[in-house]
Amino acid sequence: MAKITLDNLAHSYLPNPAHENHYALKELNHDWIDGEAYALLGASGCGKSTLLNIISGLLQPSQGRILFNDRDVTHAPTAERNIAQVFQFPVVYDTMTVRDNLAFPLRNRGADAGYVAERVQQIAQMIGMEDELNRKARGLTADAKQKISLGRGMVREDVNALLFDEPLTVIDPHMKWELRTQLKSLHHEFGHTMIYVTHDQTEALTFADKVVVMYDGRVVQIGTPQELFERPAHTFVGYFIGSPGMNLFDAEITGSTAQVAGTTVDLGAGYAPKGGKTQLGVRPEFIRLNGSGDGLPAKVTRVEDVGRHKIIRLDVAGQPVSAIAEEGATVPSENTAIRFDPAGINVYADDWRVRAEEEAA
Amino acid sequence: MNKTVNQKAWFLVLPVLILVAFSAVIPLMTVVNYSVQDTFGRNEFFWAGLEWFSDMLDSDRMWDALGRQLIFSGVILAIEIPLGIFVALNMPKSGFWASFCLVLMSLPLLIPWNVVGTIWQIFGRVDIGLLGYTLDKLGITYNYTQDITAAWITVVVMDVWHWTSLVALLAYAGLQSIPDAYYQAAKIDQASRWAVFRYIELPKMAGVLMIAILLRFMDSFMIYTEPFVVTGGGPGNATTFLSIDLVKMAIGQFDLGPAAAFSLMYFLVILLISWVFYTVMVNLDKRDGV
Repeated sequence: MAKITLDNLAHSYLPNPAHENHYALKELNHDWIDGEAYALLGASGCGKSTLLNIISGLLQPSQGRILFNDRDVTHAPTAERNIAQVFQFPVVYDTMTVRDNLAFPLRNRGADAGYVAERVQQIAQMIGMEDELNRKARGLTADAKQKISLGRGMVREDVNALLFDEPLTVIDPHMKWELRTQLKSLHHEFGHTMIYVTHDQTEALTFADKVVVMYDGRVVQIGTPQELFERPAHTFVGYFIGSPGMNLFDAEITGSTAQVAGTTVDLGAGYAPKGGKTQLGVRPEFIRLNGSGDGLPAKVTRVEDVGRHKIIRLDVAGQPVSAIAEEGATVPSENTAIRFDPAGINVYADDWRVRAEEEAA
Repeated sequence: MNKTVNQKAWFLVLPVLILVAFSAVIPLMTVVNYSVQDTFGRNEFFWAGLEWFSDMLDSDRMWDALGRQLIFSGVILAIEIPLGIFVALNMPKSGFWASFCLVLMSLPLLIPWNVVGTIWQIFGRVDIGLLGYTLDKLGITYNYTQDITAAWITVVVMDVWHWTSLVALLAYAGLQSIPDAYYQAAKIDQASRWAVFRYIELPKMAGVLMIAILLRFMDSFMIYTEPFVVTGGGPGNATTFLSIDLVKMAIGQFDLGPAAAFSLMYFLVILLISWVFYTVMVNLDKRDGV
C-alpha cells in the first residue's frame, strides 16, 4: 500500500515529440492518496490506459517521475513495484486449472502453501467460482475467464495498488453489479489504493471516492462525484458526466448578468472572464420550462419518458437543448420559454470553468 | 431441402480418380505385385506369397537400418526442436531486423537437397574443405569417410543446419500470435522467465510445434539425398538409413521382391506414425476449440 506520486509526468509514443499534440499523455502532476479508490474516466483514446501502464511499469514515461511513498520507481521493473493490474480482456493461463491460475501470483512470490490454499478459496468465493476450481481454464466463457483475471488481481493482499483497466467490459450486467460491489467491499476491507479505468460514468460514480476525468491526454478534473456534477471544471466534464450532458450556451458576460441569444440571464454571482469564447453551462436538471414566455424562447421538439423523469428536448435559437422535468409535470405547448436556476449555472471561458468573483476571493 | 439425384455427377470425380490412380495407386500396386513374386530374370515371375516379408522381418540388415534411422530421427528432433524454439524466442519481434532474420533463416530451406549434400561434402573435406582443413590444423582427427563418429556428426550437423530454420520459423509464427496482454499480465503476476515460457509461450506454440515435429520426423525418417551425397551410407553401413538401404537393395542389387516388401513395411510404419500425430493434433485442436 502506497501513496503514488506523479511528478511532471508525460508520455509520447513517438520517439521525438516536438509538439504538445504528439503526447498521448500531457504533463501531469498528481498524488494518488494511499487507500483511496479512484475512477479514471474518459472517452476511448484519451490516455487512460497509457497512464495506468506507466504506473504499473509496463510503459516507461517519456518524461517525469513516479514515486511510491516518495521512492522513485520510474525505471523500476513491474515485478519490483508489486502492483496488481486487471486488463480489459481476460488473460488466463490456459493450461492451468482455475485454482492454479488464482494461486499463480502468490506462488511466484514464494507464499506458503497453506496460505495460498486459504487465500485462493476466499477469492474463489468472492468471484463465485468455488465449484470450478479444479477445471482447466481453457474452454471457459469470456466472463468466467475475466472473473479469473479479476481474482488473480485481488489475490495478493500486500500490493501497492490495484489497477483496473475497464475490467467489466466483457461481463454481463448482473454480474457486473455484483463484482463491482465485491471490489468496493474489498477496498473497505484492505484499504488498497485502487485506480479503476472506465468510460462508463455510472461505473465511475458508484465505485470511486474520487473521479479523475481525462480528456485528450490531460486530466481535466479530479473530484468527488458531486463536484463533477455541480461544478464541472471543463466543458468536457459537463458533457461527459450526466445523462443527458450539460447544455452550453454562447454568452456575453458583464458582471452578474449574461446575454444569451438576445435575452438577459441572471447569473446569481459576478464573473470576470478574461477573454476567449465565453459560454454558460447549465445541466438539464437546472433548466425550468414555462408556458408564459418568460426567459429564453424555446421550442419543444420531443419529450422522452425515461421512468422517474422526463427528458424534454428543446430548440433554443437553433441549438438543441435538453431539460429534465418531474414525471408528472405537464409540458406547456405554447409560448414556451426556459429559465436557468442560478445555482446551476457555470461560466466557461475557452472550455475551462471561470470561478465566480466571491468564490475566487 | 430436396436432394437432386444425378448419378452422372460421379463423372465429375473421375479426373481426380485418374490422377490419384496414376500418381499413387498404380505405382503402389506395382510394388505390391513385386513383393509377392520372385523372378530369375527374363521377365518371368512366379508366386512367392509372403516369403519376402518374412525374410525381411528376419533380416538383420533391415533392423539395423531401422535402428540407425530411429536414432538419427531421434537425435535431430532432440536438437532441432529445442534449438528452433530457442532461436525463435531470441529473434526480434518486429522491424528491419525481424525481416532480415526471416530471410536469412529461410535461405537453407531454399537450397536443393543435393546441393546441401555437396556443400557439406566439400566443407568437411580435410584437403580443401574449410571445416575439415581447420579441424585438421587444430589437431583434431576428423575424417567422415573413415571415422563413424565423424560421419554421424557431419550428417546430423548438416541436417540441423538445413532444417532448424523451419522449426524456428514455425515457432516464431506461434509466438507472434500471442497478444501483448499475456506478457503484461505475466509481469504483473511476477512470473519468472521460465514460467512465461512454460505457461504462456509453450501452450500457444503447441499446435505449430506438433506440425514441426511431424514434418521433421517424416522428413528425417525418409532422408536419402544428403547423407548419400556426403557419406554414401558409409563408412561401412554406419550411415545407411532406410532409404539408402532400400535403394541399394532395389537398384544396386536388383532384389525387387525383398525391396518391394521392405518398401511396403516402410510405408506402413510412416502411415502409422502419421496417424498417431494426426490424432494428437486433432485432439489438441479440439481442446483449443471449446
